[in-house]
Amino acid sequence: MKANCWTGRNSVEVRDVPDPSLLNSRDAVVRVTSTAICGSDLHLLDGYVPTMQSGDIMGHEFMGEVVEVGPGVDTGRIRVGDRVVVPFPIACGACASCRAELYSCCENTNPNAGIAEKIFGHPTAGIYGYSHLTGGFAGGQAEYARVAFADVNLLKIESDLTDEQVLFLSDVLPTGWMGADMCDIQDGDVVAVWGAGPVGQMAMDGARVLGAEEVVAIDKEDYRLDMAAAEGYTTIDFEEVDVRSALLEMTGGRGPDKCVDAVGLEATHGAPHVRMYDRGKQAVRSGTERPHALRQAVMCCRSGGVVSVVGVYGGLMDKFPAGAWMNRSLTLRTGQCHVQRYLDRLLGLIEEGTIDPTRVITHRMPLAEAPHAFELFKNKQDDCEKVVLTP
Amino acid sequence: MSNASETGTARHRHARTRAVDFSPGRRDTSAALRHDPLVRGLGLVSAVLGVPQVARPDGVARALGVGNTPLHRAATTAVGVRELTAAAGLLGRPSPVWLWSRVGGDITDLAMLGRALRHHDGRGHGRTALATAAAALVTAADVYAAVTRTRSAPVRRAAATTVARTPQEAYGLWRDLERLPSFMAHVDEVRVTGPRTSHWRVSAPFGGCVEWDAEIVADEPGRRIAWCAADGADVDNWGEVRFTPAPGGRGTEVHVSLCHDMPAGALGRAAARYAGEAPAQQLDDDLRRFKQVAETGEVVRSEGAPFGKAARHEFPQHPARPLTEQELREALS
Repeated sequence: MKANCWTGRNSVEVRDVPDPSLLNSRDAVVRVTSTAICGSDLHLLDGYVPTMQSGDIMGHEFMGEVVEVGPGVDTGRIRVGDRVVVPFPIACGACASCRAELYSCCENTNPNAGIAEKIFGHPTAGIYGYSHLTGGFAGGQAEYARVAFADVNLLKIESDLTDEQVLFLSDVLPTGWMGADMCDIQDGDVVAVWGAGPVGQMAMDGARVLGAEEVVAIDKEDYRLDMAAAEGYTTIDFEEVDVRSALLEMTGGRGPDKCVDAVGLEATHGAPHVRMYDRGKQAVRSGTERPHALRQAVMCCRSGGVVSVVGVYGGLMDKFPAGAWMNRSLTLRTGQCHVQRYLDRLLGLIEEGTIDPTRVITHRMPLAEAPHAFELFKNKQDDCEKVVLTP
Repeated sequence: MSNASETGTARHRHARTRAVDFSPGRRDTSAALRHDPLVRGLGLVSAVLGVPQVARPDGVARALGVGNTPLHRAATTAVGVRELTAAAGLLGRPSPVWLWSRVGGDITDLAMLGRALRHHDGRGHGRTALATAAAALVTAADVYAAVTRTRSAPVRRAAATTVARTPQEAYGLWRDLERLPSFMAHVDEVRVTGPRTSHWRVSAPFGGCVEWDAEIVADEPGRRIAWCAADGADVDNWGEVRFTPAPGGRGTEVHVSLCHDMPAGALGRAAARYAGEAPAQQLDDDLRRFKQVAETGEVVRSEGAPFGKAARHEFPQHPARPLTEQELREALS
């Protein structure tokens, strides 16, 4: 089959690879009908996530049709022929974390947990196409993919919703939604979202649905800000204005009640000297993050507010404004999305038309053009917001 | 309920304390070495060499055929002091450390004698060569003594995990000894040979393999299993696993303690590390897989780590792409 493989820093290639096979009894094989490129794939592409190996298949946002199930799969839940969306974190459904609905912290699905533990203190769940640190699972930017614990994880789509309507249930929609959900939005809350990429847009939609008074989008790309403005959200271009002053102006000096970081470890900085400092630390591997968005969110958030982080961080951070966080009673909430926790509700919201995730799709391309799609998305060329690939 | 959890905690603490002095007095290293003829002999050699070196450094230097400058005399005195220290250690409070310090001293001596041979003025050259040969012999004896006598320090390992099963279920999984190889990376086979006895085959560093007969010495269903190798095993070992209810219905804590003799002691440990073995890490990984088996029924595999229990040894791993038919056959065999 054809699959999009990581072949080294800044390089992906569509290659012929063997067809997937079942490795565990509760596996299934899915014929991929749609797959997407995630912003976090760019962290892998750029080489910021350790333990990537040449030949690794990329992709953790995918859906398709079940073509094979292992002998241990509960056929009352998943059978051959089912149309399914695959959540990116692999849950076993049996450990204490899964039982507490902390699926991305599953204690059993990462065969390389011992290595993850060295970096994170405790192991985290396996993730498809997301380095060997998260298990070395082959990704979904391919014609077929093997999925683990099929009867625990797969979301069956039984209505006639299109692939594009439900594909983002695999990651960006629940991730953005969780960013808003963690904000614990109250009446009158102003929610500021750093990053107007797909996750940021979904976080804005989530904040709207969960009752925010006003939603503010912070980015520098006009097309992304326009996309947010079209939904009625206020926008701030951080290259044009000072973000903190603008937010204080909008909120009568209070600052946003809730802040969402949908940027993560490769933030673009306003101040060149800070950017150089963080880049330098990244280059010599003495710091792995460029956390400008998070620093700014912490400084802007009103006292007692919530800073909710769904942008990805990988290792060690420098110059975190701990004083602001502690002295102003901020709450910092975060996590890789516990996708499975939100699926039923979000599928319902899509079905009733309250949320339309297709609004972020700007590019539709065949899988064979994946390398070109990565280039467009990474360099924000051609107003690229979200690419859907079809094998 | 609160009473029950208090009892649990108390027992837990008690168990932990016991685990620390687990199997005490297995062998008293110092006492054993005190009556060891080789160790005593090396101690006496140290004393016999050390006394003249300190008392008459110039005479010793001449006898060795090396120069008789103040530098040579000072070096000889220093070597003498070192020998007397080693003698005091080996005869007074014997420990493998003194044997290893002798090995270190021998290497220094050989280096100095070698230098003396290279820069020799010809007078007494034969004596220096003879002294070098003697030092080489002593070195061999010291290395042999250090390697064999260090053996008595057992390696102790402990690790714990919590599984979402009852103590009885977790105990049952562990008591099914023939199932242990499915999650213990180095255990190739366990064959039950009797109600309390079993035969173990375990892979060792550098492609080796160790086998022994083991006997269960304590078996408390739902609480504890302890075992030890039968007399005459290649690698003496013993261990214990305890199952205690975790507080607040969090499942069952599984605490494992393992002890085994490390052949060649510190040197053996270093060699094992060189061969990619990290004993503490291995036990952690084994327990992680035990948890997978207990909670999901099998060891989880990925394309990058398709061999299940050998994941750590696979780095750099198989790329995260499907396996070829041949790779698949190997992985699942």
